Amino acid sequence: MTEAAATPVPPANEPRLEMRGIRKVYPAVVANDGVDLTVMPGEIHAVLGENGAGKSTLMKIIYGVTRPTEGEIVWEGRTITPENPAHARSLGIGMVFQHFSLFETLTVVENVALALPGAPDLGYLARRIEKVSEKYGLPVDSRRLVHALSVGERQRVEIIRCLLQNPKLLIMDEPTSVLTPQAVRKLFETLRQLAAEGCSILYISHKLDEIQELCHTATVLRAGRVTGSCIPSHETPKSMARMMIGKDLPVPEHGAPLEGGEVRLRLAGLSHASDDPFGTDLKDIHLDVRSGEIVGIAGVSGNGQQELLYAISGEEPLSEKYPVQILGTEAGRMKPGRRRGLGFCFVPEERLGRGAVPRMTLAENALLTAHRQKMVKRGLIDFAAVDAFAFECINKFDVKCGGATAQARSLSGGNLQKFIMGREILQQPKLLVAAQPTWGVDVGAAAFIRQTLIDLRNAGAAILVISEELDELFEICDRIAVIAKGKLSPARRTTDTSVEEIGVWMSGMWPDADSGREKQHAA
Amino acid sequence: MLPRLEARPEPSHAMRYAAPLLAVVLTLVGGLVIFATLGKNPIEGFRVFFLSPLKDAYGIAELLLKATPLMLIAVGLAVGFRANVWNIGAEGQYIVGAIAGGGIALYFEGSTNLLLLPLMVVGGAIGGALWASIAAVLKTRFNANEILVSLMLVYIAQLGVSWLVHGPWKDPQGFNFPQTKMFHDAALLPILVDGTRLNAAFLLALSALAAGYVFMQRSFPGFQMQVAGQADAAARYAGFSATRTIWTGLLAGGAMAGIAGMGEVSGPMGQLTEHVSNNYGFAAIIVAFVGRLNPIGIFFASLLMALLYLGGEQAQQYMNLPSSISKVFQGMLLFFLLGADVFVNYRLRFSSSKR
Repeated sequence: MTEAAATPVPPANEPRLEMRGIRKVYPAVVANDGVDLTVMPGEIHAVLGENGAGKSTLMKIIYGVTRPTEGEIVWEGRTITPENPAHARSLGIGMVFQHFSLFETLTVVENVALALPGAPDLGYLARRIEKVSEKYGLPVDSRRLVHALSVGERQRVEIIRCLLQNPKLLIMDEPTSVLTPQAVRKLFETLRQLAAEGCSILYISHKLDEIQELCHTATVLRAGRVTGSCIPSHETPKSMARMMIGKDLPVPEHGAPLEGGEVRLRLAGLSHASDDPFGTDLKDIHLDVRSGEIVGIAGVSGNGQQELLYAISGEEPLSEKYPVQILGTEAGRMKPGRRRGLGFCFVPEERLGRGAVPRMTLAENALLTAHRQKMVKRGLIDFAAVDAFAFECINKFDVKCGGATAQARSLSGGNLQKFIMGREILQQPKLLVAAQPTWGVDVGAAAFIRQTLIDLRNAGAAILVISEELDELFEICDRIAVIAKGKLSPARRTTDTSVEEIGVWMSGMWPDADSGREKQHAA
Repeated sequence: MLPRLEARPEPSHAMRYAAPLLAVVLTLVGGLVIFATLGKNPIEGFRVFFLSPLKDAYGIAELLLKATPLMLIAVGLAVGFRANVWNIGAEGQYIVGAIAGGGIALYFEGSTNLLLLPLMVVGGAIGGALWASIAAVLKTRFNANEILVSLMLVYIAQLGVSWLVHGPWKDPQGFNFPQTKMFHDAALLPILVDGTRLNAAFLLALSALAAGYVFMQRSFPGFQMQVAGQADAAARYAGFSATRTIWTGLLAGGAMAGIAGMGEVSGPMGQLTEHVSNNYGFAAIIVAFVGRLNPIGIFFASLLMALLYLGGEQAQQYMNLPSSISKVFQGMLLFFLLGADVFVNYRLRFSSSKR
């Protein structure tokens, strides 16, 4: 994905946005401490940093979601305090959030109208949307209902919604995490065009190669402070990572897969109609995951990953036994607890509320799934065993928290992810299924988690990883399959395929896609 | 300077426990205001309502007697409430428990078998649990709202007991009063302190609190129910059964309420009448929340609620206040508790607007 360096910064005299000495103190933490940031007109400015480095807080301050404790914000030469998002928008600041805020049952134009002040005329608005979408290469049909749109299209709606207000500064929070490589290309073209017209862009991402390709300048945050700034095109992803985490990134060691391990997970013609009208039906899915290998499933989110995970975990039991076989047991109708009893562990996509109970402590959340590790004796909880397990998990996985008695919801997303990954891995599963194992985790911790997964594989576990991050899948997986529209492609050896090929498959076009049946994997 | 509510980053632990105390204080203040507006001397009212019931050992025994059914019911309800199983119909389960326990007493009239009382306790528990299980079946099978079902079953139970004491179970020598025969001695709970009415049901209540404490705070099934109450997606993910949670929650509440009902007919009443309940089933809901769904808290909250019952009776006798004064106090207590609970998650901030 590395291409020619981005065009140089257009000359300009006055900064569009200047932040001086921004400090934001929350009761428990100092999120920003003396942060300076200058964004010029027409500049694409990356804000880099690990989880909890204070990127989001800084963006929230600019967009008026929260106020700084100290510091000054100068907008086009004028000192301001954004009071709320509406105020920020009226100044010309737009923000596209990582998670979309669209109403699924409304049309595109209705969704856009809701974000505008007053009651705009829908016909006129539809024409404006058309104009903007044409101008910036963001094709979207304004009459369609949002639930029928792909994730990429939804993001376009969000961007168009911002563009209609003629923003002078557009904040993009991890915009590519949900896009196919091809859609990322298109987004970058749009952003470059916007920048060329003088719009400033603040680009938050942890994907260093993207930043290198797109951004003119970058400000690096670590633990709430600015630790450096750079011109990404003069750096390498490795050197930027070092700036971000303060040390070199470990490269995962990845030996050859164990050959001929026993089948630990077999999906034998798994079909399941989703209860959710906006869900995806699973269609005749075949896959084997063997002891000693990591199999990855790539795909744009919303193509059946969620439904597939529910079927494997047992949170949505099937009507037949045979389609899901765990360690040789036909488990299709088993409850999640019994599947775990077979040696199955699972990291779900949603951390708070599913993977962990928000208002319970980390110790209690360890008990949630790890209770088979001798934590319950004759129906009573052995609190010492629970605490010991939680303590080990926190230490081994470097979970930054206030100890085992901290509530799960008090942790940052990345730290909670580390805790949940740790909790499942420490149970030494025979079969581990992980959705987005490093989602929201900073690069240092992500490398650690990937290495742990590989170590677990080397120790003989079977691992299935479902992720939207192709780079990650290529880094750790022995074989990769693609899920699209509820069908699963054949699994290819990672060494025999490429990001480009998988990218094409992600749109549902793999050879023999109609039958979608995996060829029996040669042992 | 405008006061405004600001969300706390973490719910305040101190406030969680201060809220019930604050509610009690506000209820007292509210009570004084009510006495004053009714033209009574507030100090005198306070004395009659809150102090005179406790002036001697007999008064204290009465307090514990009244607190007994409240403890039993509230601790059973708390098991369900912690898991978001909203059994509002303990009143009905209490009545059915009283019918079952009383029925056994009448059936074995004259028996001196020592197993009669234990049988009545078990019968009361089963009766209450059966009544609650109707709500459980409808909830798990048809997803019928347990709040509505359990509440409506209260009225059926009330009419049921009324029919029994007006009809088949009426005491033939009872001058046509709607009540059963007085139970014989072997069917009455033993008195704990001579000269008072405090009976063995109080010991049952204390054991129930202890058992509730172990179940809710120490046992794995109790933990599973707590998870189900707080995050059902997490419970499903971990493989905890939602159906079992609903059944356990409703059966615990039903069985405890049933024992409470049996304890009342076989204790202070000595017979089954139409007015077997003193609204204990509803008052216990307030007790459970004032006690923070915690058995230790429930113990103290039951004593407080019992005091409101006694104080209300005293106020009727000595101050010419209507009997509903007790309910006014109960209502105020719940009202102020809900109000004070806002400050667990929010705090009051005084700040001047910048614009």
